[in-house]
Formats: sequence, C-alpha cells, structure tokens
Amino acid sequence: MKKLSHWIVFALAAVIPVAASAHKMFLVPSTTVLSDPTDAWITVDAAISNDLFNFNHHAMDLANLVVTGPDGKPVAAENRHQGKWRSSFDLHLLQAGTYRIAVTSEGLFASYVDAKGEKKRWRGSADKLGEIPADAKDLVISQAQGSVNTYVTVGKPSDGALKPSGHGLELAPVTAPNDLFAGEAAKFRFLVDGKPIKDLKVTVIAGGTRYRDKQDEITATTDADGQFSVTWPAPGMYWLNASLDGQKATEPKASTRRLSYTATLEVLPQ
Amino acid sequence: MRPHRLFLLAAVVSPAAFAADLQLSLQLPTQTVSEYHRPYVAVWVERADRSVAANLAVWYQNKDGKDAQTGKSEPGSKWLADLRQWWRRSGREQQLPIDGVTGATRPAGQHQLHFSDGKAPLAGLAAGSYKLMIEVAREVGGREVLGVPFSWPPSAPVHLSAQGEHEIGAVKLDLNP
Repeated sequence: MKKLSHWIVFALAAVIPVAASAHKMFLVPSTTVLSDPTDAWITVDAAISNDLFNFNHHAMDLANLVVTGPDGKPVAAENRHQGKWRSSFDLHLLQAGTYRIAVTSEGLFASYVDAKGEKKRWRGSADKLGEIPADAKDLVISQAQGSVNTYVTVGKPSDGALKPSGHGLELAPVTAPNDLFAGEAAKFRFLVDGKPIKDLKVTVIAGGTRYRDKQDEITATTDADGQFSVTWPAPGMYWLNASLDGQKATEPKASTRRLSYTATLEVLPQ
Repeated sequence: MRPHRLFLLAAVVSPAAFAADLQLSLQLPTQTVSEYHRPYVAVWVERADRSVAANLAVWYQNKDGKDAQTGKSEPGSKWLADLRQWWRRSGREQQLPIDGVTGATRPAGQHQLHFSDGKAPLAGLAAGSYKLMIEVAREVGGREVLGVPFSWPPSAPVHLSAQGEHEIGAVKLDLNP
C-alpha cells in the first residue's frame, strides 16, 4: 500500500503534472513588490498540495531551482530547507528589477511489457534509458518538460529575467508579472519552443481554496498570437497553469512530449 | 497671514501673469490603538490616464530605523511599497529622496500644504482635468486612497472637500487663480 501511494504521488506530480490531478505544485513568495534597493530579502515556500496555498501533501524538491536576476544571470538561493510539507529558501535581491524564480523538471517516461509479460513503468533521464530491458515489448517512451514559477520585483519592473529560452512551454509577459492589480486585465503570451501557441487552455485559481466551497476557476484560451488576458476579480495570490500534450519530442527516442507551466502571481489591491 | 499676503500680491500683479495657487489641508486622524506608528503618506496630481503629473509630498521614515525587537538597522524605504498606488504610479521610477517633496513622517493632526504654479513641484502643470491623490499607509494599521478631482488652473477660487474613512480624515483643497 505504501508503495502504491508513493507511485501515485510520483505519477501525479511528475508524469501528469497538475492538469489532471488535484495536486498542485506552487511557489509562494513572501513579497513580490519591494521598494528597498539596498538590502531586499524574500523567503519562498515550495510545495505540492491539494489546497492553494496551504501545505498538506509534499515538499517540493529544489534540486532544479533556477533563480534568474534582472541581468539574466543566476542568483543563488540561501537558507535552503526541506520540511515535511514544504521546502523553503531565501533570496537576497541585490539588484533592482524583476527576478524569475523557477523549479524546472525534465524527464522521460516509459511503459513496456517485460519478458514475463508484466506491464512496467520507468522514469529517468535520457542517459539512463539503458535500464529498460532490451527485450521489452510495446515500449512507449514519452518526454515531459515543466516549470513552476513565480516572480518578484525590486523597484521598477524589468524584462531581463523574462526572456524566453526557446525550450518548452514558457510565459512571455505582456503585462509585467509584478504589476497586477484587482479589477484590471493582465495580458500574457504562451510560447512553445519560442513560438506562440494558439488555443491553449489556461486555468487561473485564486488562493484560499480551503475557505470556499468551489475552486472558482477562471479559464482563458490563447489566440493566434499565443496571447490571453485575465481580469483579476480581487487582490490575492493566484495560481496559473497550462499544459499540453502531443508535442514533438526533442529526445530522439521519445515519441511525444508533454509540457506544463505553472506560476504564482500576486494581485494587489487598488 | 498667508491669505493676506496673497491678496496684496493679487492686487498688484495682473491675473494673467500671476501664478495660481493650491492649498491642501490634510487630516491624519488620531488612532485609538496600542501600537501606533506615524503613517507613510503620498500626495500627488494624477492625470485622467492615471499617470502622475506631479509629486507633491511623500512622508516616510527617510532615515534608517531600528527594529523594535532586534535593534537592527532597517531602511525606512523598505515600506514605501505599502503606498501601493503611489509606488506603482511614480515611486518606483524615482530616485529618493526627491528634493522638496520627500520628508519625514508627521503625527496625527491637520497638516497644511501650499503649492504655487511656476514653482516646483507644480511647475509646468498643463491646463487640464486632474485628481489630487492622497494615499496613506500605516504600519500594523490600515491603508486608504482618496482622490479629489479638480481643474487646473482655476479661473475663480475653488473650495473642494472630501472625507476619508479610517486613515484619512477631513481633506480641503483650495485653488486660487
């Protein structure tokens, strides 16, 4: 039973990131808009939970934490900690401008029938593909790329940290991600491998789901230019997610690629 | 004293050449709380598109403070972002301090501010419709934003008033041609 539940966690958190699952991955920054240019710090929690933004399921692995500073260069996280329900770290924000904080995931998933006729699953990186037996039948390999993001700005918003890498599903902000206010519309663009993706369904959910009876999802669909707009109904922390399957794999042995993007965005009162 | 002097000036200088004048009376209410900190205050002139035409006053802890618990030094600018609208519309674009605009926090009470056309920070304010914006944010207290619409320059004396709810008290805006 323990093994099974572990499998479920593993499957939900990694194989099908969030979309089909109740578990949501998120980062929660302590502050997103800072005015002190000399000694700004924030702390960030990272978790996989059912409720937004309470910690009740799994701490997030920070092995692939990437913090990009306003100059586009990496920023080191300090005071890393992994607890039972959430991980956390601090960031010393020494430059003015916008930072992107991301936990990325990249992996291969395989299903096959082994020599005994048993259905097997495998997860790993491309260099570990040799672990799959050479006599495996009905072998299907798929690739998954995802990122869980948040943004923070010291002083004036800047876009040096927001330049798309051209890999996977990325959000290219039109509205600065730290310039979001209740009652106003914000516009963003989704890119797949650097190109606008149309008809992508985007889900936005306000935090505090524990204290209401419905998820109250806000949905939007990207237009031909990959753009969509969200009008924020109230101040608060929001969880934004999009995922899509069936993309052309970039790993030669994989037949398909699944992409996901998640962000926590803070909306301020007027 | 001041109105008297203005009257004398108005009598000798032709109206076309004389600079208009804006006087603001802003009340910061007394708060019945055990932990009181003087609020951060921003006063600015906003255009119809919500861009900032002039920063009139920003009161904040403009020297490093001391954290009450740890005694560690902490820059007062850390809390300027709590003046959310001002920070967004203007503050984050500014190099602080702003000469003649930024200053230390002030106690509860009635505060008089006086500005003249042709002199900073009102210099160059084009004729048009504006809002005088007041934003007040108090540590471990509340935040309030109030806007008083006005036209500039006034062709006759104008007396406007507004009433805040919790962090802003009575506001009087007097415009004189």
